[in-house]
Amino acid sequence: MTRRFAKTRFDATAAIFTGATAASTLLILGILATILLYLFWRGGSQISWQFVTGGTETDMFDPSKAGILPMIIGTAARVLLMTLFVIPIGVTTAVYLTEYARTTAPLTRFIRGAVNNLAGVPSIVFGLFGVGFFISFLGGSIDGLTGTSEPRWGKPALLWASMTLAVMTLPVVIVATEEALKAIAPGLREASLALGATKLETIWKIVVPNALPGILTGAILAISRAAGEVAPILFTGAAYFLKDTPKALNDQFMDLAYHVYVLSTQSPNVDLTRPILFGTVVVLLALTFSLNLVAVLVRAKIRRQMRAAH
Amino acid sequence: MAEILPSRLTVESPPSAGDRESGTTVPLIETEKLSLFYGRAQALKEISLGIRERVVTAFIGPSGCGKSTFLRCFNRMNDLIDNVRVSGHCRIGGEDILGSDVDVIELRKRVGMVFQRSNPFPKSIFENIAYGLRLHGARDRKAMAETVERSLRGAALWDEVKDRLDESALGLSGGQQQRLCIARAIAIRPEILLMDEPASALDPIATMKIEELILDLKKEFTIVIVTHNMQQATRISDYTAFFYLGELIEYDSTHRIFTNPQKKQTEDYVTGRFG
Repeated sequence: MTRRFAKTRFDATAAIFTGATAASTLLILGILATILLYLFWRGGSQISWQFVTGGTETDMFDPSKAGILPMIIGTAARVLLMTLFVIPIGVTTAVYLTEYARTTAPLTRFIRGAVNNLAGVPSIVFGLFGVGFFISFLGGSIDGLTGTSEPRWGKPALLWASMTLAVMTLPVVIVATEEALKAIAPGLREASLALGATKLETIWKIVVPNALPGILTGAILAISRAAGEVAPILFTGAAYFLKDTPKALNDQFMDLAYHVYVLSTQSPNVDLTRPILFGTVVVLLALTFSLNLVAVLVRAKIRRQMRAAH
Repeated sequence: MAEILPSRLTVESPPSAGDRESGTTVPLIETEKLSLFYGRAQALKEISLGIRERVVTAFIGPSGCGKSTFLRCFNRMNDLIDNVRVSGHCRIGGEDILGSDVDVIELRKRVGMVFQRSNPFPKSIFENIAYGLRLHGARDRKAMAETVERSLRGAALWDEVKDRLDESALGLSGGQQQRLCIARAIAIRPEILLMDEPASALDPIATMKIEELILDLKKEFTIVIVTHNMQQATRISDYTAFFYLGELIEYDSTHRIFTNPQKKQTEDYVTGRFG
């Protein structure tokens, strides 16, 4: 019997393309694995209870005595504070752009362009902006009004560093939220309005709750970007060495990312302190992943709730 | 004004000035030379008609003829679209609803709507109905539960969902979702129920249930339904208006429209020669 539907052709183009997509995926995975393995290889031995719970009272450049708890606290604090600032402002802006502004109006286009440009500004420029606006202008004004002789707010501080990072990550949150808002079926808005809801009630009770997973995606991206940044906090709050962990919003803080920078450029003995350097990087990565994991878990929970039982 | 009401009704005479004052046969919804423009394009051309209380009125016509746009004038849903301009009059219970001084929230409370694609909120079945109740001030959980049950019964859905009110509405079938949307709409006790092709995405059995429901609901509500399905119009509506290219071509009792239309375009459409 002759088969009429037997395969006779070999589609080379399809095979090559499939192969190329698989190869590029493998390449990415390979790069990530190499980086992680290298970091653990170089820094893993440094990780100890003393290292992650110890402070700076002992020599911070001695691999056997160094502790980075103040840096862990500092980085976690600035990232969480940043999230508190960037999410409300970013979400409100995205709500304005998608729900209120006319999409074709010149003002809307201008705002959108400004947001996109903000995303393209180098992070050191945000650092300088933080010094000029937050420290000199805002902090200086507060000091001027309260009339202190010694600057209490007009100096680098945890608050200003967090706000500077919030400004830097605004575009990420705005864009992610906008995408989430646009993805909501127009039918949901209509259903709410047709029941006699005001626009505000519709946004507050239907639109934003349904965009929460997307908003959290924005938060995850913002956290990832901000956690490893040094430039924006260099002048606005991070300190080379402190005896204490920050106690108030206007305290300076030590920071994991900045500590990596310190260890690689200002160490008294670069070769000797290299294990601390890699150990700090491993902890920084672990911290970033943990912060992200929290957001990912919350997002998964919300998605489940939206899909299944309430 | 001749077109305001179906011209050859035998049961009820066309409204006279006297009737208007006594308020008995005054149409509940009444439009007068209602035109609507999307930018420069005119989507509705001077439509004048009157819709009676507690009957089912069907709008038929080919896609793009303006029947949905016209329906959305009655609860001002066209407000949501940029660059829409409306002229003429649209009165509900004698009160013009097109002005900028109209409280659209109050209007939409009185004029409910069911959409072509069922659009339950991604909340529980209970919360879908409670949403509208809360918007309008309901707080008492027990009273709310009673209203939810009454609305679900009213939408012939209670028996199917009574044991899973706390489950997501998105787990319901398409037909159930649409009946939930009807329940949600009637829960806030509107006078008028607008339905924009409510069964067009449903299978024949779900469609039949919706149609039975509509016949049941007309005892309490004035229903205006847009449909592409001519059999559906004949099965459920008392009056039918045929639209073509933004104009009202003919408006009469459904029986007349389908058995003895006066305009050739209507006849061509209902007999399936175009559309």
